[in-house]
Amino acid sequence: MAFDYTPYIRKDKFPNIWCPGCGIGILMKAIIRAVHKMGWKREDVALVSGIGCTSRMPGYVNFNTLHTTHGRALAFATGIKHARPDKHVIVVSGDGDALAIGGNHFVHACRRNIDITLMVLNNMIYGMTGGQVSPTTPAGYRASTMPYGNVEPNFDTVALASGAGATFVARSTVNNPALMERQIKEGLQNKGFSVIEVVSNCHIQFGRRNKMGDQIVMRHWIKDREVPLRKAKDMSEEELQGKFVIGTFVKKTRPEYTEEYAKMVERVKGSSK
Amino acid sequence: MAHRTGIEVSLAIAEAARQAEVEVISAYPITPQTHIVERLAKMVADGDLEADFITVESEHTAMSAAVGASLAGARAFTATSSQGLALMDEIVYLASSLRTPVVMALANRSLSGPISIWNDHSDIMNVRDAGWISIFANNGQEAYDLTLMAYKIAEDHRVLLPVMISFDGFILTHMIEPVCVFDDEEIKGYLPPFNPPYKADPEHPVTFGPVGVPDIYTEAKKQQDFAIRSSISVIKEVFADFEKEFGRKYKPVESYMAEDADVILLSQGSVYETTEIAVDRLRKEGKKVGSAEVRLWRPFPFEDLRKAVANAKVVVVLDRAISFGGQPGPLLGEIRSALYPLEKKPGVIGVTAGLGGRDIMIQDYEKMFEYGYNYLKTGKEPEAVTIVGLRE
Repeated sequence: MAFDYTPYIRKDKFPNIWCPGCGIGILMKAIIRAVHKMGWKREDVALVSGIGCTSRMPGYVNFNTLHTTHGRALAFATGIKHARPDKHVIVVSGDGDALAIGGNHFVHACRRNIDITLMVLNNMIYGMTGGQVSPTTPAGYRASTMPYGNVEPNFDTVALASGAGATFVARSTVNNPALMERQIKEGLQNKGFSVIEVVSNCHIQFGRRNKMGDQIVMRHWIKDREVPLRKAKDMSEEELQGKFVIGTFVKKTRPEYTEEYAKMVERVKGSSK
Repeated sequence: MAHRTGIEVSLAIAEAARQAEVEVISAYPITPQTHIVERLAKMVADGDLEADFITVESEHTAMSAAVGASLAGARAFTATSSQGLALMDEIVYLASSLRTPVVMALANRSLSGPISIWNDHSDIMNVRDAGWISIFANNGQEAYDLTLMAYKIAEDHRVLLPVMISFDGFILTHMIEPVCVFDDEEIKGYLPPFNPPYKADPEHPVTFGPVGVPDIYTEAKKQQDFAIRSSISVIKEVFADFEKEFGRKYKPVESYMAEDADVILLSQGSVYETTEIAVDRLRKEGKKVGSAEVRLWRPFPFEDLRKAVANAKVVVVLDRAISFGGQPGPLLGEIRSALYPLEKKPGVIGVTAGLGGRDIMIQDYEKMFEYGYNYLKTGKEPEAVTIVGLRE
């Protein structure tokens, strides 16, 4: 039987604002399925976003949701998790939101290992504002603010998250909704900060500027560049240039921030008696 | 010679920045400002403008980089809106206190929340006291002209302050309007080369931005206020020279049919032009009405305002933002305070309209005048906050 999304969405808010063929819907559905499989009650889940195309998701999903300002979703989410450490906090972000204007919060959430699951939908461009260059626009590709090709090197979300200390780091693409769902579920299970990057197509702003074709062609473009992690291990850095390595990169245990905080409070209370 | 052309107002502003030969542009995408800097990015990439375009990671960085560039001796430009300006705020104060003549194009948009990309004046009011020279443009031509004049004012050694030009988001930014664009030759030499008296210089190293201990902070702030207050004479001079040279007239306080008006509707930005239509309609009915605009928002043109509304019986102030729990409109508070010392002064009442992109119709302006006449008759003020066009 097909999965019934209706308890998890706000039907009256549809149709959504995303362009036909956008990958964000695939991510939204994967999040819903993952939460469903966790068996969590909708009331126990908070979904937080910043500004951008991906950040419109809080309007459509039927959890506790919060749509904040550009780049600050993780900061708001940190407050929510602090106040209610027993609840589940999910953040959805785009590449500009999470890695440019919100880059500071991104690295510090990784460092603290706070129990939040962050999804970064990487469409390699600022989609909502009209296709400006973002920190993940691949070098050489065009954007409205880089009309002859991007001269800046791009961030590797996975390397950044791993280096900054996230305890679960994975990447998938819009071509792999089942894998995406499994990774999100693992992220939700992880007691700590989880980062799941989803490489997606923005055929409207990124694809059009780079003459890449429609959403189908762009999904093929992404698919042609997908390399499973186990295969990537045997490939050279040069061979991996411009590829999207997919899989789980980090899965480790480290003390979680809100638990450590609670322990400290207990310890200080105990010593003052 | 200048040619009159149909051009999107954002692109006209970008054209003005190019003709001002800006050297560093730093900006971050935000609606509805984005077209301005996208066009500048293309000009730089095409080699039509010898400048560096920095694709920064936030507005906070955009303003920081602009200030840095200015201190290093480059003519700097940035543009933003709403939340972008709010995020810049910390450095907006630094730009003025470091006396960097940065120019910012501000496409006015409402502040969150709720999130709104549409037009009102809450963003500009948030930086009212930041020490920038602040001027409103009411149409595409003015946005273009004022962007050029902004550098003339900012870089004058008697001024050395940043200037922001405000123009209504979407209502102006995304409209194609007839604009007289100068030929490059014609405007060449209008701005002398940027030559700040103090800049980073490897030969003579200096420090910018050190701590102001209690011993000197007060004096520094007094100097800053003196500088912006005195800049009004330079602003008027630049306006007058521009008129002499190019024939378009700008005044710190604009007015229409105000000389003999009983009731004046006072506003800022693109709505001012629409209030003129309402004035024409009411004049035909025999009502002695007029309209006015505080174009120069900072430094506040006290004398010009007093002259412009001196003969009126009532001034109705239209605010495009709310001072929550306060005056209740930032413009209303300023106008009342500016007129208070006068012995013979008009009554001043306030209305609010056009928040977050809500259209203001001609009938709405007529309603605002009605509030003025009602006040004349009964002495009764509209209660705080009276929003014309509110759905109840």
